[in-house]
Amino acid sequence: MKSFSPPLKISTPRAAPRLLWPLVALALIFAVDGIISPHFFAIRIVEGRLFGNLVDIVYRATPIAIVALGMAIVIGTKGIDLSVGAIIAIVGATLDWRIHMGDPHLLALAIALAAGVACGLWNGLLVAVLDIQPIIATLILMVSGRGVGLMINLIYGGSDPSFESPLLQGLSTGHIGLIPTRILVGIGLWIALWALVRRTALGLFLEAVGANPKAAELAGVEARAIKWAAYVISGFMAAAAGVILTADTHTSDPVSIGLYSELDAILAVVIGGGSLNGGRIYLLGAVLGAVVIQALTTSILTSGLPPEYNLVVKAGVVLVVLLLQSARTRAAVARLATGRKR
Amino acid sequence: MKRTWLPLAATIAVFVALFGVGGALYNHFLSSLVLGDILDDNAFLIIAAIGANFVILSGGIDLSIGSMIGFVGVVMAKLDAFGWHPLASAAVMIVFGAGFGACQGLIIDFCEIQPFIVTLAGLFLLRGACFMVTLDSLPLRHPFVSDFAAVALPLPGGGFLASSALAMFAALAVAVVIAHKTSFGANVYAMGGDRTSAALMGVPIRATTVKVYALGGLYSAFGGVIYALYTSSGYPLAGSGAELSAIAAVVLGGTLLTGGIGLVVGALFGGMILGLIATLINFNGSLNGAWIMISSGVLLFVFIVMQRALVGSLTPRSAS
Repeated sequence: MKSFSPPLKISTPRAAPRLLWPLVALALIFAVDGIISPHFFAIRIVEGRLFGNLVDIVYRATPIAIVALGMAIVIGTKGIDLSVGAIIAIVGATLDWRIHMGDPHLLALAIALAAGVACGLWNGLLVAVLDIQPIIATLILMVSGRGVGLMINLIYGGSDPSFESPLLQGLSTGHIGLIPTRILVGIGLWIALWALVRRTALGLFLEAVGANPKAAELAGVEARAIKWAAYVISGFMAAAAGVILTADTHTSDPVSIGLYSELDAILAVVIGGGSLNGGRIYLLGAVLGAVVIQALTTSILTSGLPPEYNLVVKAGVVLVVLLLQSARTRAAVARLATGRKR
Repeated sequence: MKRTWLPLAATIAVFVALFGVGGALYNHFLSSLVLGDILDDNAFLIIAAIGANFVILSGGIDLSIGSMIGFVGVVMAKLDAFGWHPLASAAVMIVFGAGFGACQGLIIDFCEIQPFIVTLAGLFLLRGACFMVTLDSLPLRHPFVSDFAAVALPLPGGGFLASSALAMFAALAVAVVIAHKTSFGANVYAMGGDRTSAALMGVPIRATTVKVYALGGLYSAFGGVIYALYTSSGYPLAGSGAELSAIAAVVLGGTLLTGGIGLVVGALFGGMILGLIATLINFNGSLNGAWIMISSGVLLFVFIVMQRALVGSLTPRSAS
């Protein structure tokens, strides 16, 4: 298959309005924050790194943003990957296991990432080759993946899964210059993925498969291979997030690590303007969506609202953003505003 | 269309085979006592799965099931502390469940947002609402709860059907009638089979969507009531992940997740298989919970691939 350069940019004209609503949501959240606590936006330098709510939001949003980037690719092919939380658990357990086996930490990191890729290969096999609906195909790994993680923990006894690793913890919680390393890792992955999708023909193929697989196939696109690649990318991104999250807690906890991350990642993609009907990939939107979700969570915590309100407020904001995105709702609101004619 | 029975027949065969394996491995496993226990323990899940089955048959999905179960429990426990009779609070919550489901259905159809996302918001909303009601486990102290638990229908062989299992069978009977004897049921199948054709044939898409999610909400709320009575408590984390188990039960029961094909009664056998796996692993004693997750996943995989082979020819391999 030949790759074309420069690629056709079919999504550019509509990208701006799609990013409008997540930006509006973010602005609203920050506006409320600014009113509640005037020092919300203060950024200080403590112990040689940046500190402040804004930095914290990006810092905490990074793992979900990374997962959401992979999810955006899968959703672009009209698929969905429910297994990313389970992949995070498997990758965390694998990383911990290899470190306990005495592997060099760089090798352990590579093996853990490979575990994520293997999970992606499995999902892709089910979706692309066996032709199983993505939501069910990935449900299989979602249901069993955390169990696999627990079994991996048991390989080395699993009595004390905690570990120390300057390399991995540096990647997760360290900082280079003033900036937390994981944010740099996230940006690096984002740029790499962007280059892969927008500077090669892969992005075009992915979107073509998502928009109309039959037409894409007739046009000579290897639809199966492209779909398979999407799940492998998603598995790899989930693995990267899994390494960051596992190194953060210094332990492997397959039951609770990355819980609900598949839901957050899908939400991030949708808030960022991605449609579950496929055919479009918005990487920037996915990142923005993850930041919106985290900004909301952080704002609820810093606003002094009891943390138990977190989920309800999150659900409310998500609904509002979704309703705003729905053309039909906007039309109905406009009709009401301009004198109620049916 | 008799081939739609094949997945269900396979499910029943797997259930019988697994039961046989249990009987071969452990003394006293092959008894109506174990069977009754499986039905009793999983009644709430099977009830929720029946509702999920309708939603899935219509071509949708409902992720708010688990949170609904938790929310119903904590509200019932809270009202119990105010001296409400559990039947009264149960009635209120079942009406609430139907209303909540109807709202989800309306948003899905009117705003044209994917059911996955709308019910995901519902999942967050109801789970958050649980935490707002209480952060602790609350007991249900009304004497009715123990009266309810005392009801049992003896089975031949020393076992018995407890009240929650009886409630489940009643709910299943109603569901079978709704699915196969009413025009609404026919509409659900038509809509799940081919939405555009159904609309062209005059199936009221919006009304059917709203009703099917209302029914899903009603059944998951009823499942929550049974769970609260069964555990005689309300716990804000109760039912976490139950939506996945319910969907798995529906798939194991032979319903296609693309909609339109499947039988309501499948949810019973799907739920019973999940319960049987957990029971087998508990009987073993040396296996841990990880095995329950893995074997459920493996079984799900086997069934999905089998469905693909058996019913694949029935579903048009459309572009979507």
